[in-house]
Amino acid sequence: MEKPFEIVILSGKGGTGKTSITAAFAALAENAVFADCDVDAADLHLVLTPEIYNCESFASGAKAEINTVKCTACGLCKELCRFNAIEIKNDEFTIDEYACEGCGLCVEACPAEAISIVNYENNYIYFSDCRFGPMIYGKLGIAEENSGKLISKIRQYAKSIAQKNKAEYIIIDGPPGIGCPAISSVTGADLVVAVTEPTLSGWHDLKRLIEMIQRFHTNVYVIINKYDLNKDMTKTIENNLGDIGISVLANLPYDESIVYALLEGKAVNEFQPDGLIAGELNKMWGKIISTIYEPKSI
Amino acid sequence: MKIAITSGKGGTGKTTVSTGLFHVLTKYMKYTVQLLDCDVEEPNCHIFIKASRTASYPVTISIPRIDAEKCTFCGKCKAICAFNAIIMLPVVKFIEVVEDMCHGCGACFYVCPEGAIMESTEEIGTVDYHDYYAKDEFIEGRMKVGKALQSRVIRETISHSKQEGIILYDSPPGTSCPVVATVSKANYVIMVTEPTPFGLHDLKLMTDTVKKLGKKHGIVINKAGLEYRPLYDYIKKEEIPLLGEIPFKKEYAMAYSQGDILPEKDESLRNTFIGIIKKIVNGEAL
Repeated sequence: MEKPFEIVILSGKGGTGKTSITAAFAALAENAVFADCDVDAADLHLVLTPEIYNCESFASGAKAEINTVKCTACGLCKELCRFNAIEIKNDEFTIDEYACEGCGLCVEACPAEAISIVNYENNYIYFSDCRFGPMIYGKLGIAEENSGKLISKIRQYAKSIAQKNKAEYIIIDGPPGIGCPAISSVTGADLVVAVTEPTLSGWHDLKRLIEMIQRFHTNVYVIINKYDLNKDMTKTIENNLGDIGISVLANLPYDESIVYALLEGKAVNEFQPDGLIAGELNKMWGKIISTIYEPKSI
Repeated sequence: MKIAITSGKGGTGKTTVSTGLFHVLTKYMKYTVQLLDCDVEEPNCHIFIKASRTASYPVTISIPRIDAEKCTFCGKCKAICAFNAIIMLPVVKFIEVVEDMCHGCGACFYVCPEGAIMESTEEIGTVDYHDYYAKDEFIEGRMKVGKALQSRVIRETISHSKQEGIILYDSPPGTSCPVVATVSKANYVIMVTEPTPFGLHDLKLMTDTVKKLGKKHGIVINKAGLEYRPLYDYIKKEEIPLLGEIPFKKEYAMAYSQGDILPEKDESLRNTFIGIIKKIVNGEAL
């Protein structure tokens, strides 16, 4: 294969089992690079327990700052700002740092040149090696923004390491939701594996996720995790997916061994290699590989 | 009082707690209640609340359109755009705005010396009102699929908060901008976690976030039962009030899966939820 095949594990709804499934794929994939793009709450390293060999900081974004000495309180910035990020506190104009998006319009407009842009460097990208191969993951500074940009950066690094190592796969643990971080994880990837659960919430969120993924023209397979918690719902989801031409890779049963594996810092198929779930995961990975190597239809 | 229900890790039970609290507050306690679903990427409260919509307001941004005929390709708009949303190729007289990147800040519109930029309105989401009994309200923020400005939809949703009674914000997961947009407007933060290493790891991140924002906070443990000591040790060491525990039961998982509000049928859980509110309102958990 010329270019590494990039697989992203997503879910829409949180807590459906993305990270546990990513870790299981990591145990199965030979010659792969792993990335954790759930930068808000990165957890994959808790299972893959990598050793970090390098770390770099990453600018999370920019915010405006008002020099109150220079400020003449003309109010132009407040009038122009579309994010309502300019407040008056104790008769002084200040920036609401959580509302400011760092666009710089106020900086440009301020007649007293009292406003400047400050860059924040609170995010980190870790380069590491785990027992299954190289792993890159990010850590967002507390209460920081711009996880979308951080995710793009992590994916770029994963790609360059994969190319250098001639790795066949990049396996990415993605963020929940369908907004900016999820979009950043999907654009240009080869395949999305969407993990859902047989609940009304799981199905509602999966529909929105699939709609988003299809807008970005990426292929998607679905895994229904804990399918036996509500078998009727599982059936409904399968039927509905069938109607829109999306195949279910596998149904995984509810199994406490996933939690016990996690307590030992292991993927579930490492923890119980002969277990039912390990068998299902093997089959699933086999299906993914076989579709990658299938000749494309014209 | 404005209470945000958050988690760090997704799927720990934010919506279970939000809708459960809304239920006991509306049925058993004498407060005016408003529930705002701020998880605008994947709003789920409506699955449990089952109220009919009474009004819908669009959330919009202004997207610039550049007239290539009027444009002199001076490059000022491209230079000021902090989001790299303007593509300009002067040689072939091409200039365009990439809508998905545009934040609608209006900077390009402001700096263009030629008046070549017009703005048009683009809908990125909705804020929907639902009546619940007579005095209470359920409001849902919902981002349009394919859009990326979730924090904007959240802020717009929160701007519909009442100024009195108890206001509940069902927050998105994580610890970044969408969560901050929600939590920064609350007086109290409930952090929902589960007794697993993932739950604890993300709870720590969430605790750091609420501390940085200077918010009073407490913990609800969902899917309790697994004796995961490090979680309980952490809560004790950090002296964070434990507001309540919801045990893991397959019947709860089943009820959740079909959209039932847990304390509606289960009396002991009803008392757990009432207890959570009382601890916050009576100031025990401050």
